[in-house]
Amino acid sequence: MLGLEKKDFRLLLIVVALTMLAPFILNPFPEGSDMAQFNAGYPDLMQRFVIFGILAIGFNILFGLTGYLSFGHAAFLGVGSYAAVWMFKLLSMNVVPAILLSVIIAGVFALIIGYVSLRRSGIYFSILTLAFAQMSYALAYSVLTPLTGGETGLQPKPGDPRILDGALAPGETATPGFFGLFDMRDSLELSVGGWVFTFNVGYYFAAVIMIIAFYISIRIFRSPFGMMLRAIKSNQTRMSYTGLNARPYTLAAFVISGMYAGLAGGLLVSMDPQAGAERMFWTASGEIVLMTILGGAGTLIGPVLGAGFIKYFENIVSKINKTTLEGWFYWMPDGIEDVVITIIYPFVGKGWHLTLGLLFMLVVIFLPGGLVEGGQRIAAALKRKKPDDAKSSATEPAE
Amino acid sequence: MGILEVKGINKRFGGLQALGDVNLSVEENTTHAIIGPNGAGKSTLLNVLVGKLIPDSGSVMFDGQSVLGRKPHEINQMGISRVFQTPEIFSDLSVLENVMIPCFAKRDGSFRMHAIESVFAEKGIKAQAEAILDDVNMLEKEHMIASSLSRGDKRRLEMAMCLVQDPRLLLLDEPTAGMARADTENTINLLKEIRQKRGITMAIIEHDMNVVFSLAERITVLAQGTPLVEDTPDNIKGHPKVREAYLGEAQV
Repeated sequence: MLGLEKKDFRLLLIVVALTMLAPFILNPFPEGSDMAQFNAGYPDLMQRFVIFGILAIGFNILFGLTGYLSFGHAAFLGVGSYAAVWMFKLLSMNVVPAILLSVIIAGVFALIIGYVSLRRSGIYFSILTLAFAQMSYALAYSVLTPLTGGETGLQPKPGDPRILDGALAPGETATPGFFGLFDMRDSLELSVGGWVFTFNVGYYFAAVIMIIAFYISIRIFRSPFGMMLRAIKSNQTRMSYTGLNARPYTLAAFVISGMYAGLAGGLLVSMDPQAGAERMFWTASGEIVLMTILGGAGTLIGPVLGAGFIKYFENIVSKINKTTLEGWFYWMPDGIEDVVITIIYPFVGKGWHLTLGLLFMLVVIFLPGGLVEGGQRIAAALKRKKPDDAKSSATEPAE
Repeated sequence: MGILEVKGINKRFGGLQALGDVNLSVEENTTHAIIGPNGAGKSTLLNVLVGKLIPDSGSVMFDGQSVLGRKPHEINQMGISRVFQTPEIFSDLSVLENVMIPCFAKRDGSFRMHAIESVFAEKGIKAQAEAILDDVNMLEKEHMIASSLSRGDKRRLEMAMCLVQDPRLLLLDEPTAGMARADTENTINLLKEIRQKRGITMAIIEHDMNVVFSLAERITVLAQGTPLVEDTPDNIKGHPKVREAYLGEAQV
């Protein structure tokens, strides 16, 4: 179906179902209950799940297939964001031209950075990409202020030409939309019993784009081009003595993954029309690497899982504060309650990085294939219980 | 005129003259062995032929075209394949994929952006790859990951990857180095079979005299970076200069 093998098509269907039903799946707890703070089904976070999913899918095409670890991918995210805001300022609040421009600009930017950085491999490549990204960050903050808004960032303002929509009146604000049909911020709320489910236009728009991006990534993984990229990761010497030129292959992969990052940047701005230089900071690049490795580099679904996992932690675990903990453990005797809270407190709230760091270490040490490997091991353990399937030990291709 | 004509190659590494005025002519449809003691410059010569090293002077013509200054992948596209001392294969890929990649390289050249087509739709390439795997008796292992193969199988896989491109010249760098006796015999037989069945021209660098004398039709003896003699195996066997090079002057 759709040019995919049965197994891949099934995976695509699962992703479609999960993203379309996300407002239900991510809101398992009734409103007002103690557990409601673990609900992730609000538009802002759901949008981030899919947008950072796109970012990680694109990064995985480069890192997962060719093994080239780019440490500057946030630069493309930032460039895409700026390009989209400029489109809002100059043309209209329609997200389609904005996103198209962010993909194109990020692609051109990736072509230039990739052309230079791919002259080296391994750690030198990583350092070159890191240097470029930090340079972009520093430029965006200082010299390029007319283009990037510097410290205050870039956002639509009254006085922008907006050729198609006309200039904003003073005090008027604009929100991004889709050909004037939908406003990205519009939401439909559905109350069932104690539960409230939110269906947000922006989320569904981003989710559809993520599904397309995921579909394209499956096609790339299963194409001869994808096979060549894996060959580059495996043995570059044999690659060149087989008559293949590794450079254009890696450059193409770099540009494609840069365009994915640009797309993610454009989408971020489409949800919230402002862009700042901190989006390009090196910690943002590091986060992309973490997402991909945590979920499972080189697997199809892994990066999306990793992105969701990290964004969930960043937004949910970080909100657990001392009062929340006291609320949970109020039933304990006083002395013990204090001890328990003191132990747990460093791991939640502002300390969520600590929990994430520990989890990351555990995954890298015990599950080098990431969360996907964890899932596969669980599936294999369940299978082993059935005697019929015990013999099948064939190596499964990465999902 | 041979298919490969090497004329007056010089290569210096600092103070060391690795190759000094090397001439070599490999005739089409023969097996040509290059032998010599350690440090004779055999590997340097091979690296010049495949474009990994650029000589200080001299010329290398393959089928009337100069090889010098071209990159390894360009030289491969001209029709020269290389087998390494330790097999260079795509360890993380399946055996079938290992052989399909050279098929793509032969059909599509050194780069093609076929990113949306499916590998599964490439029936012709797959059939071609499976045919060659059948030839080297590895078809039943096509879904294995290459890193899990035995050493002998890795060698055969690498050979299959070169053969599937139907090269005009196959360069072999000590194909039996570090092998057990049985494996060496198998490799000799495999090479003989390739030679007879496919008529591929081979240039082979080898230490093991047993291997050399069972395969070669012409032999060039290299010592201290210069060719001593070039002759048939029978004439080489008793040649005093060859003994001298191998055993050292003191013992003559």
